[in-house]
Amino acid sequence: MICPGCGTANHPDAAYCNLCQKSFLPAGVSRFAGEATGGSPGPAAPLLRPAPMLSFYEAASRNVRMSRLLFLALFATFLAVGGGIGSAYGNVGYGVALALILYAILASTAYFTGSSLVLSIHGAREADPAIHRKLRNVVEEMSIASGIPMPRVYVMESRGMNAFAAGRRPEEALVAVTTGLLERVTREELQGVIAHEMAHIKSRDTLYNICAAVLVGSIALLADMFLRGAPFRGRGRSGGGGRGNAAFLVLGVFLAILAPIAAKILQMSISRQREYHADAVGAQFTRNPLGLASALRKISQTGADVPGENRGTQHLFIVNPLRHFGDDASALLSTHPSTALRIQRLNAMAGIAPATFGS
Amino acid sequence: MIWIPAILAIVLVGWFVLTYNALVRLRNQFRNAWHQIDVQLKRRYDLIPNLVEVVKDYMSYEQETLTRVIEARGAAISARGAAEQGKAENALTESLKSLFAVVERYPELKANQNVASLQEELTATENKISFARQFYNDSVMTYNNKIQSLPSNLIASVFDFSPAEYFEVGEESRAVPKADLR
Repeated sequence: MICPGCGTANHPDAAYCNLCQKSFLPAGVSRFAGEATGGSPGPAAPLLRPAPMLSFYEAASRNVRMSRLLFLALFATFLAVGGGIGSAYGNVGYGVALALILYAILASTAYFTGSSLVLSIHGAREADPAIHRKLRNVVEEMSIASGIPMPRVYVMESRGMNAFAAGRRPEEALVAVTTGLLERVTREELQGVIAHEMAHIKSRDTLYNICAAVLVGSIALLADMFLRGAPFRGRGRSGGGGRGNAAFLVLGVFLAILAPIAAKILQMSISRQREYHADAVGAQFTRNPLGLASALRKISQTGADVPGENRGTQHLFIVNPLRHFGDDASALLSTHPSTALRIQRLNAMAGIAPATFGS
Repeated sequence: MIWIPAILAIVLVGWFVLTYNALVRLRNQFRNAWHQIDVQLKRRYDLIPNLVEVVKDYMSYEQETLTRVIEARGAAISARGAAEQGKAENALTESLKSLFAVVERYPELKANQNVASLQEELTATENKISFARQFYNDSVMTYNNKIQSLPSNLIASVFDFSPAEYFEVGEESRAVPKADLR
C-alpha cells in the first residue's frame, strides 16, 4: 500500500505507514471488527491486548530496558534474602557476604561448564559443508549482517522444527538446527530463524541465562539453609550480638518460603523478554520481520520436537519443544512467550495491524 | 577533604579512557565493515567465470545475455571511484538477474547439479554483499550517534573524529527494475 502522505510503499496488509506512522484506516474503524464476531477465533483467542506497534529499533531498546529492570529485581531479591537471613541472626552484612560468596562459587562452576554438553544431549553433529551448503551460507550471511564472527554450525536429526544457539561469548558460539526445519523452510524463513539465534549470541543471552539461573539457584539454596537453620544458629550465638529477634525470624521464614517462588517467576519473565528481544534484533539483521513470523507459524503447525528434549535445556530453543502453540501467553512459569504473541509482534514491526478480538 | 577531588579526577579519567576507546573501536568497526563489502564483491567476480563456463553449452541461443554478464563483470572490476563502481556493480547485479531468469526457462539447466550449486553460491554472495552494506550503514549510524551525542561528542570533537558517510545506492537502482522478458 502506497502511503498517501509520504509516498512510501508499505506491505499490502499494513494498517499504518511504516515511515510516517500515518494510519490508513478511517478514524475509529477497525478493519478486523468483522472477524471478531464471525467464525471461530482460533488459537489466538486469548490475546486481549494487541502488541505495541513498534519498529525493531524501538522494540529492541524497550526489551533491553525491561530485562534490565527484571534482572535488577531478581538481584534485589537475592540480596534481600541474604540480608534477611543475616538480620535474623544479628548481622545483615554477614548474610549478604555469605550470599555473594555462594553466588561466586555457583556462577563460576556454571560458567566453566561448556556448551559441549548441550550438543551431546540433543545429538547435534557438525553440519557437513557439502550437504548443508545453504544452511552454512545463510549462517554466514547473518554473521555478516550482525557483525559477529561465524559461529560453528550443527544439525540435529529430527522431524520436528527447532533451533538453538549456545556459547557464552560470540567468539565461541554455535547454532544448531533440526533437519525437519531445514526441509520445510524457505530461504527467507531460514534467514529469520538464524537471525534470531545470532541475536541471542550477539546480546550474550547464554550468559544472561546463566546469571539468572544461578541467582535463582542460590536464592533457593539460601532459603533452604535458613529454613534448616543449622549452619547459622551456632555462629549467630557465638558472635555475641546474635539475639534472634522473634519478629525478624517470622519475617525471615515467610521470605524464605516466598523468595524462591518469586525468583523463579522473575527468571522466567527475563527469559521471555530475551525471546522478544532476539526476535526484534533478528528483524534488524534481516530487515524482514515477516520471514521469522512465517517460520514460527510453520513451526507451530508442524511441532517443535527435538531429540533429548528436557526441562534443563528447554529455554535455549527458538520455540520451546515442550510447550504447545495454544498455551496461555501469560503463564508465569513459561520460558517463551506464546508463539501467537511473537508472530503478532513481528507483524507489528512490519506495520501489519494485529487482529483485535473483542473490544 | 583531599579525597573528594581525587575521586572526581579518577572518575573523569576513567570516563575519558572508556569513551575514547569506544570511539576508536566504533571507527575501526565501520572501516572494517567497508572492506568486508569489497571481500564479497571480489568473491562474486571469482564465481561468475565458473557459472558462465557451466551454462554456455546449454545456452547457444542466449549468447547475448552471457556476453552482458561478462562485460558487466569486466566493467565492475576495472571501475575506479566510488560512484562509478557503484553503478558498475548495480549493472552486474541486473545482468545476473536476467541470466537467472533465462536459466529458469531451461529445465535441463535447472536440473544440473553444478548450476544449482553455483546459483546457490551466487544468491548467497548477492545476499552477503547487501548484508555487508547494511552492516556498514548500521556501523556508521552507531558511530555517528556516538560522536554527535553528549557527552562523548566533547571528546570526539577534540580528537577529530569526523562523521562517516553512509553507503547509498544510486537513483537509477532505487527505481523499480523493469522486467526483461525477451
